[in-house]
Amino acid sequence: MIEIRIHGRGGQGNVVAAYLLAGAAFEAGRYGQAFPSFGAERRGAPVTAFVRISATPIRRRCQVRQPAFLIIQDEALLHVPGVLDGLHTGGGILVNSNRTPDELDITTGHELITLPASKLANETLGRPVPNTALLAAFLALTELLPQQALVKALAERFKGDMLERNTRLVERAAGMVPAGRWQEGDHAARA
Amino acid sequence: MTQEVNIPLTDLRRSQPRFSGFEAGHRACLGCGEALAARLVTESAGPDVMYANATGCLEVFTTAWPDSAWRVPWMHSLFANAAAIGAGMEAAMKAQGKSTRVIAMGGDGGTFDIGFQALSGMLERGHNVLYVCFDNEAYMNTGIQRSSSTPHAAATTTSPAGRESMGKRHMKKDIVSIVAAHHIPYAATASVAYPSDIHKKVRRALAIDGPTFLHIHTPCPLGWGHDGALTIEIARLAVQTGLFPVIELERGGVAGAMPIRKLRPVTDYLGLQSRFRHLFADSSRAKEELEHLQALADHNIELYGLRGEEKIDALDSEGADTVRRGGMRWA
Amino acid sequence: MQHALEGSQAIARAVSLCRPQVVSAYPITPQTHIVENLSKLVADGVLECELVSVESEFSAASVALGAVAAGSRAYTASSSQGILLMSEVLFNIAGLRIPLVLTCANRAVSAPLSIWNDQQDSMAVRDAGWIQLYCADNQEAIDTTIQAFRIAEQCELPVMVCVDGFTLTHTLEVLDLPDQQQVDEFLPAFSFARRLDPANPLSVGTLVSPEYFTETRQDHHQALLDATAAIVQAQSDWLAISGRDTGGLLRCEGPDDAATGILTLGSIAGTLQEAIEEQGDAAPARLITLRAFRPFPEQALRDACQGLERLIVLERALSPGAGGIVGTEVRAALGVMDNPPQIFNFAVGLGGRDVPLEIYTHLLDAIAKGRGTGFDILDLDTGKLPAETS
Repeated sequence: MIEIRIHGRGGQGNVVAAYLLAGAAFEAGRYGQAFPSFGAERRGAPVTAFVRISATPIRRRCQVRQPAFLIIQDEALLHVPGVLDGLHTGGGILVNSNRTPDELDITTGHELITLPASKLANETLGRPVPNTALLAAFLALTELLPQQALVKALAERFKGDMLERNTRLVERAAGMVPAGRWQEGDHAARA
Repeated sequence: MTQEVNIPLTDLRRSQPRFSGFEAGHRACLGCGEALAARLVTESAGPDVMYANATGCLEVFTTAWPDSAWRVPWMHSLFANAAAIGAGMEAAMKAQGKSTRVIAMGGDGGTFDIGFQALSGMLERGHNVLYVCFDNEAYMNTGIQRSSSTPHAAATTTSPAGRESMGKRHMKKDIVSIVAAHHIPYAATASVAYPSDIHKKVRRALAIDGPTFLHIHTPCPLGWGHDGALTIEIARLAVQTGLFPVIELERGGVAGAMPIRKLRPVTDYLGLQSRFRHLFADSSRAKEELEHLQALADHNIELYGLRGEEKIDALDSEGADTVRRGGMRWA
Repeated sequence: MQHALEGSQAIARAVSLCRPQVVSAYPITPQTHIVENLSKLVADGVLECELVSVESEFSAASVALGAVAAGSRAYTASSSQGILLMSEVLFNIAGLRIPLVLTCANRAVSAPLSIWNDQQDSMAVRDAGWIQLYCADNQEAIDTTIQAFRIAEQCELPVMVCVDGFTLTHTLEVLDLPDQQQVDEFLPAFSFARRLDPANPLSVGTLVSPEYFTETRQDHHQALLDATAAIVQAQSDWLAISGRDTGGLLRCEGPDDAATGILTLGSIAGTLQEAIEEQGDAAPARLITLRAFRPFPEQALRDACQGLERLIVLERALSPGAGGIVGTEVRAALGVMDNPPQIFNFAVGLGGRDVPLEIYTHLLDAIAKGRGTGFDILDLDTGKLPAETS
């Protein structure tokens, strides 16, 4: 079982990101579980969501305390206490940022990869919602699920032009990170 | 060609089948205005109706199990939810494609006070429900406590008159205006002293598709402190003094009023009821209160144009006479 | 057919498959998604029903009550403050023996204000005379919702389906949603003998004097006791159609020879099960997940506890000044056994506090230290709040 934690802000599609990832797991024939750690529904408030992906049914319902990977939808959240807590040794951090990891100037002890997800989304969807691009990049890095599974999960939520744009965004974002780079980390996290 | 038939009036009355949804033998007090009004409402509405009844005198005196005075489908749930129960019934009829009409009923406590929110919600959502409020101006079922319908200066057990008080210190809530402000198709007031008016208004309300409201003034001999034989007379005086204007409102605007042919001073009405006895003491406070109540009546008369003209307007005792002659049920 | 669905969405779909004719509700977190999803199903023409969006939970329950009384299948859902606001109606619905299904998206009760999950709300109305079924996961929520309509209509009793707020309602997972044909086969069309009908006018909800009241209470009590059979039957009939075992009155997992038992209800069962499995032979335990809390399945509980030396009752509510609610009832039920297990009682996960995988070892540590012999809150971090001054 792989456990992933997604950090973002209200309005960034954080919960949708978690649902999409678990939905993609389902589309790929795996079991997926996703749930938010909700506060009151306010835009801009930090929101955390959790994802589990497994080949067998998932029964535990506790929050993810020791994720294999972190997906951070807003680089400012890197400085919020608790965001990096519990990340597995060998785990990776994917951050939505226009800057390079070096420019972020933060020591995490883990490999950190950045993707200008809001920018990509703005260009492709016309809205700076970073979740789809980050998920595509995440799947490219880990090769956990085929990109097609993510597209299928997107098709459950979007239709027509919006689905087409999202699909393009998936392709674009997936090509911007080193493919399979975190496959090793994946195995490490599983162990 | 019409054919003239000579049938004695009494036999004609007997031969008129009249539906009665509300049987005799219930446990209401002598001269209960509410019981009479409820009977008039069920007679006017006919058999294809179901009723939601709020907790109160009406529910208690009509239904001690295993007896029931109702010959119509009738349900009592709680004090505060008659309008919501009615809304649910109406939704069910809609879902089942049935035409059975729904009447929700409550006293003034169940309408003005505790059931007010559910009533407002039902009106706002546009349910096809007639809501009837039987207004006896206090919580009579629990022993005559003041409600927001109790008129100014009336003594109740929780607004008693005493050395420091002249009875209730607040005004009667203008419920029909509040209800009409929901811009429902039809809202009206009526008095148990005018049965044919009640009949017409119930029929009219039920002919309308949408929420309607009927507010019926119903004296309570026990709570108001008058002889049970005077119920109709007192109810009529409330109208004739202008203290209880009988009006109709459509979509929030006043559409009609029952004219008063011979205006009476409020003291004629107040003097018959022990709840206003303290207003007739020889004191400046009492005089002030009487003047205040007269001013309220005068205000209603001006506001609704209640002053009738002797030659043009029908006798306002017409309804009451109908009750005196034909109040027994034949059907 | 399998879908990846959010719990609330799945519950709404299950309700829709039961063909309710009137749905009435008022929004409250975390129940909202259920009603939003139902509204969308109506808007999309998938579900044909009267949707009444009312001005309070009090009216939501009342509208549903009026609708059933008038002969339509009805449904409502709420949480927390909403359950308490409608509590007067809940007692009334049960006393009138109205078959109605309500989903309680379990949430803590204010004050202090918390929008997060525990089970204080449904526990607070445990004496309302409703059947209460607790769901361990969203698949159970689907299956229990469908069964609830049949149980309610067969017993003429209302059923509250309790689903942990957020933990289940807001969790997306892979779920098997039955098809319409399966549900139609299981659940007959709604027919309520005591419905209000001008052709056969009944007076419902009359005043009852002391001469008869006691007997009506006995009848209601007996109807709930008798409902155990209907709950078990509904489960086995649904198993035959769906192939899924939802557990009847309770579910028992783990080795027969385990000396330790853990009894709980709701969504922490899954976490506990994984935690117990992780310990393996080092610390085996029997997990008893209570599904029916009302009627309280005394005999099934005693059977499930045979051979246990100790039983830990883990619940997500409490009765301040007394202690555990479920624990107290379990103690009373097991007290008449020949060799009753020693009972430990803890509350955990109040107001949304996460119940981690380490819960099992924490429990074992706690009872080794002598905690829980009466009642204790397990995951308590003392010293966080300023001391009360007297």
